[in-house]
Amino acid sequence: MIRVQLPAHLRTLAGVDGELGFEIAGRATQGGLLDAIEARYPMLRGTMRDQVTRRRRPFLRFFACGRDLSGESPEAPLPEAVAAGREPFLVVGAISGG
Amino acid sequence: MSEVRVLVGTRKGAFILSSDGKRRNWRVSGPLFGGWEIYHMKGSPADPDRLYASQSSGWFGQVVQRSNDGGRTWEAVGNLFPYDGVPGTHQWYDGSPHPWEFKRVWHLEPSLGDPDSVYAGVEDAALFRSADGGKTWRELSGLRGHGSGPRWMPGAGGMCLHTILLDPANPGRIFIAISAAGAFRSDDAGGTWKPINRGLRSEHIPDPAAEVGHCVHRIAMHPSRPSVLFMQKHWDIMRSDDAGDTWREVSGNLPTDFGFPIEVHAHEPETIYVVPIKSDSEHYPPEGKLRVYRSRTGGNEWEALSRGLPQEDCYVNVLRDAMAVDSLDECGVYFGTTGGQLYASADAGDNWAPIVRDLPAVLSVEVQTFA
Repeated sequence: MIRVQLPAHLRTLAGVDGELGFEIAGRATQGGLLDAIEARYPMLRGTMRDQVTRRRRPFLRFFACGRDLSGESPEAPLPEAVAAGREPFLVVGAISGG
Repeated sequence: MSEVRVLVGTRKGAFILSSDGKRRNWRVSGPLFGGWEIYHMKGSPADPDRLYASQSSGWFGQVVQRSNDGGRTWEAVGNLFPYDGVPGTHQWYDGSPHPWEFKRVWHLEPSLGDPDSVYAGVEDAALFRSADGGKTWRELSGLRGHGSGPRWMPGAGGMCLHTILLDPANPGRIFIAISAAGAFRSDDAGGTWKPINRGLRSEHIPDPAAEVGHCVHRIAMHPSRPSVLFMQKHWDIMRSDDAGDTWREVSGNLPTDFGFPIEVHAHEPETIYVVPIKSDSEHYPPEGKLRVYRSRTGGNEWEALSRGLPQEDCYVNVLRDAMAVDSLDECGVYFGTTGGQLYASADAGDNWAPIVRDLPAVLSVEVQTFA
């Protein structure tokens, strides 16, 4: 079970509390995980990545295992600890605006 | 029992203010979508319980919300606004070509007859329509594809399509306005468009009388006379009596003719309202006095309305979509400020009082009247 932590505004939009869990068949990639999040919560489409270009929105970052995964290819496998559910995948909004 | 519902979009959420027809005691509900910018929220004329809201954020982008029960519950609907074909370029502030990029929905205009049909004016300027209650959106690309599109340039607030007026007498006729391209009209339900800016003069552009390039802030019409349009341009109050084919200035005796909103009385098509702002570089009322100006002559002759409004040390702004009227027998007028005050007049502007004083900055105000 892959664990996902969303920022507060996206939890509110999706109507969920706390951490989310996703089962992904086969090799777990960042793109596959985002696909799974959007499939279960269609109201989140476009809020983390552009729906046409699939590019990450500029004020969002993806972190896991103490690493910034924001620049990783969508096809790159998630860290083993994330895929195994030992570490969460964090969707983080930039702290900005003063 | 008559009732009024005021839909308020702010920088940090939406609020719904409601009262009976006396408009003395108000219930304030919200914030809805707390922490998000609500550029606009509007109800369907065909089904007043069908509301649409534009919810956006610099972090998370655009969301469109729909309510089927007057704002008690909401669901996120479609938020994909794909430009038709290859988007091409418009001009950037320095005149260089800049690709068309969707940023946000500024204005949602439900159609007059079908609750599932709604138009969206977006930044970068384009007009979209949904025929399925906001689930999917299709660009009416004849507007952006008008030959002048590559010459359009953003205003300071972005290149936004902020005004959509639907002609109740002619279902094919739509008026829109873009900062800073100008006003456009379609006579075939959005298929093709023509600029309607003849008579406008904007001294800050290379050709002050150009076909496009004017920073139109707002257009208003009275539904009984849809060929008469009133415009608050960047500077100048303008009037057209021929559906925008030609315009003439009616700023008259205003202390300044810069401003953002313009609105028409619900029952008197020649009575119009503006909120003069000192200048394009000082976005607050002249002399620190917040005054609505009313013309009962369709422009040129204006009277200041100040009773109940702050007359010293007031430095708020009133944005283009932040003024509206109700249609009760004695027309109510409403506007919101960047300071978070929502002022209402139940007597056509003679007397004002705040409904609420401390909202986030108000971006938009719409009014629903239940007779």
